[in-house]
Formats: sequence, C-alpha cells, structure tokens
Amino acid sequence: MTNSRLLPYLLIAPSVVFLILLFIFPLVQTIGLAFTDQGGASLGNFRKMVGDINFGVSLRNTFLLVAVVIPLQIGLALGMAVMLQKMEKGRDLVLWIWTIPLGVSDLAAGLVWLSILQDRGYLNSTLFALGVIDSPTNWLSYENPTALFVGIVLAEIWRATAIVLVILVAGFQLIPKEYFEAAEVFGATGWTRFRKITLPLLKPSLQSALILRTVLAFEVFAVVYALGGRNFPVLVGEAYTWMRDNQNDGVAAAYAILIMVISLAATLVYIRLLRTKPEAQA
Amino acid sequence: MSTKRFLYLTGVVTLIAWIVVPIYLIAIGAFSGRAGVFRWPKSLWPADASLQAMQVFMQIEGVWNAALNSVIVAALCMLFSVLLGAPAGYALARFSFKGQTAYRLLIVLTRAFPLAILALPLTVNFIRIGLYDTTLGVALVHTALALPFAALVSSSLFMGIPRELEEAAWVFGCSRFQAFVKVVLPLALPGLAATAIFAFVISWNEVFAAAVLTVRERTLTAYLLTVLSESPLHFRFAGGFILIVPSVLFIFAVRKYLFAMWGIANR
Repeated sequence: MTNSRLLPYLLIAPSVVFLILLFIFPLVQTIGLAFTDQGGASLGNFRKMVGDINFGVSLRNTFLLVAVVIPLQIGLALGMAVMLQKMEKGRDLVLWIWTIPLGVSDLAAGLVWLSILQDRGYLNSTLFALGVIDSPTNWLSYENPTALFVGIVLAEIWRATAIVLVILVAGFQLIPKEYFEAAEVFGATGWTRFRKITLPLLKPSLQSALILRTVLAFEVFAVVYALGGRNFPVLVGEAYTWMRDNQNDGVAAAYAILIMVISLAATLVYIRLLRTKPEAQA
Repeated sequence: MSTKRFLYLTGVVTLIAWIVVPIYLIAIGAFSGRAGVFRWPKSLWPADASLQAMQVFMQIEGVWNAALNSVIVAALCMLFSVLLGAPAGYALARFSFKGQTAYRLLIVLTRAFPLAILALPLTVNFIRIGLYDTTLGVALVHTALALPFAALVSSSLFMGIPRELEEAAWVFGCSRFQAFVKVVLPLALPGLAATAIFAFVISWNEVFAAAVLTVRERTLTAYLLTVLSESPLHFRFAGGFILIVPSVLFIFAVRKYLFAMWGIANR
C-alpha cells in the first residue's frame, strides 16, 4: 500500500515546511546578519556589541537573574508539589490557583508588581502603616539597584514558577505509589523518601523544567522593562533597543546569536548533568 | 491540631495569597483611575474603584484596535497551530516511518532556541512580502512558538485513543479519512480544544516578536510595551489587568488537561 506509506509524510509535511520557513530560515538569516557588516563578512557587529557601554552590565544582570531566580523557582515548585501530594481536600482548587500565573504574560506580571512596588504602591503603604518609612520611597530607580533587582526577582518568581510546578506535578504522577509505601514499610522518614525516591525519579521532569525555564529566563525582558525601564539592562532588552531605537539589526542579531549560544550551552549542561539511564526511569 | 499540620496549612494559605493578592491589587489599580493611583497611603479596600476608569482606558486612541489585533493574532495562531500540528501529531502517534526521529528532534530543538528573537531578521523578509505590520505576520511567528507544542500534545492525545476503534470503522467500510472524522476526531476534540486554547494564550502573551514586527497594527502587548514609558500609572495597570483576565479564564477552562499535556509533552 503505497498510499499509507506516503501518508505520514503528507501529514508532517505542512509543519515541516512551516518550521523551515519560520524557524530554520530565520535562524540562518540571523547568523548571516550578525556576521555581516557593510556588505562583507566580519565580526564588526560583535565588536560593536561588546564595545557598547551596556553590554557588560546587561550580560551580568541577565546571568545574575537566572542564577538567583531558577534555583528559587525549582525549590519553591518542589515544595508546592510535595504539599499538593499530601493534600486530600481541595487539591484541585489549590492547584488551579497556584497555576494561574501560567496564563500571565511577563509584561503583565511586571505591571502587577509595579502596582505593588511603585512609590505610592502597596508595599510602601504597608511599610508606612508599620512605621518603617514616613514618605513614599522610590524602590525601582537607578539609585537603588538592589531593590530593583529584588523587585524583578519577585515578579519573575511570581509569574514563572507555575510552569515548573505543572511539569513537576506531571512528573510526580508518574512515580508509582508503591515505592513510597515500600519505603514507609522499611521505616524511611519523609526526608529520606524525598531524597531517595522523589528526587531521583523526578530527574527527567526536573531536567525538562530546568531547560525550559532557563531558556526562557535568558529571554527575560518585558518584566524588567515594565518595572525598571532601561535602568536594569538585560540582553534581550539591548537587542530590542538596537533594533528599535538604533535601527541596527546587525548588532541586534549579534545579541540574538549570543543569547542563543548561551541557551544552547545551558541546555547541553543540563542534559549532561541530569542524564538518566533509560533503565533507571520510572 | 499538631504543629506540623499548622505549619503545612500556613504554607498552603501563604502560597495561595502570594498568587492571588497581587492580582487583586492590580485589579484595584486598574479600576481606581488617576485618583486611586496617587492616593497615599493606600488602603487595601477598593474605595476609588469604578467602572469608569476602565471605560476611559478603553477609549484611549489605539487601545481598542490593539486589543482587537491581539484577539485576531491569537485566534489565527490557534487555528494554524492546530491545523499544522494535529496532522503531524496523528502521524507520530499512528505510523512508524523513516525520519520520525529527525522530525521529533526538529520539534524538540525549537525549545532550546529563544524563538521570539528570531523575529529580528523576519522584519526584512516581511517588509519584502508585505507581511510586516500585519496581524497575519505576527500570527505566523506566534505559530512557530505554539506549533511544536501542539504537535507533541496532539500526538499524545491520539496515542490515547485505541487504534482498534479506527480499525473497526475500516472494517465497516469507512475510508481512512471517514474513520478519522467519525471515530477519532470526536474523542480527540476536547484535548485538541485545550491545545488550541494553549496556543491562544501563548500568542496573547507574547511581547518581543509582536513589538518588533508591528508599527501601527500593534497587538495589546506590543502597544503597552511601546507606550509604557510615557503612559501614566493607572493606564499601565488597566492594561496589565486586561492582559491577565482572558488568559486566567482560559487556563481555568483547560485545567483538566494541563497535567496530562505537560506530563507527556515534556518527555
């Protein structure tokens, strides 16, 4: 039956063509753009990028955010997943509430936290009521980089922990209940069970969560922009500025390449570090 | 009540508050208008809240058009990702064919790339073919974000529908296509709807590509981003609130599928 041998190819063909046009092709073009300057192949765009005053700061800020946000998110999501596992009543409701931010965009999350952290916002009103401050204080300004950083970290944790939680809860469902029961029979405490059963068997899910979150975290942009404008430069923000304000798509593409290389490197590191042997999977 | 139980409940309630309270606060901000935003110190009670503030926001030039564009883009993205992704998912679920691994790799690979950033070179192409600054152009880029997800999720959906049902339909004289439409599709429909809604949310929330690819025909996110620095606070809060509402409702609608989708889609 030639017909049914051809069928799968006909079915995947549209999506392959689409991905070639809107993924592979722009990818190649981005590389081309980044390595071309004034009509010839050159590293000029990268030199311009590295030479820019905001480059070092944005690179440092982005890495700092990823390094602080990701571990906190994984820890928080693990805690939430364990709590859900113990829950008997109202589990569905709690789960829904905890996953609400899944639908909240990074821009909206930034604006939500702006309403809390602005000078006349709820944080300052609370601090005022407690007698800590006596007039509106500006936390999100250039002069207060630590407070701005903390604000962005809060907004990122608020927004993007939900996706980690969903992946981990899905992973939890794949761990056979018998394992925990057996461990309990042998007298393992809650902590031992967590370390010896939950964590190892959750490794594949942790790996996907880490990859997904890290790639997205290196793309952080709108949260930062909503809270601090350009007071806290990050890599994607710089790419956006070079594109929009400076009309220089070469340097913007150079930033894109840099972000991509970092994302791919992070993905490879996770695949390496959290490798699971096929027979060890649940 | 034991201390342990007390700590546990406190933890759960704190985390619920951690999610819900910020949304409540921006809602007050959105409905309180100018007066509310500048009130000091603020109370947690929505004293200034009125529908008028929201009406004023919706009447600002460009807001309505941007919201409409967002809906159009997200709806197109939803349509494209299901139309392109579901057949691929069906192929992955029902056939073993040469190149299957390569195809899966292509799909998974998209996840290691910051896809939205690839919109940068697309501006040039889009200007050339007339897609720049159109809802269709943005929808295409958003589909590239949602399609890999749609393909993987629908493949797991189809895998969950027994092959025997389809084969029985063939025995009774249905063609492959008829069997699919009459037997498989009705069973897969709720899951496909959930996939579609997820594609909608992905598109509705996307900022970077939408901002780069449009000038006048902005989506709501792109519009808010570009006017952010010059707009008053109550305006920003109203915008943020409007961004949040539909996605939260949609996530509620698909909550049943969320875990099944991610459980398999992340393998």
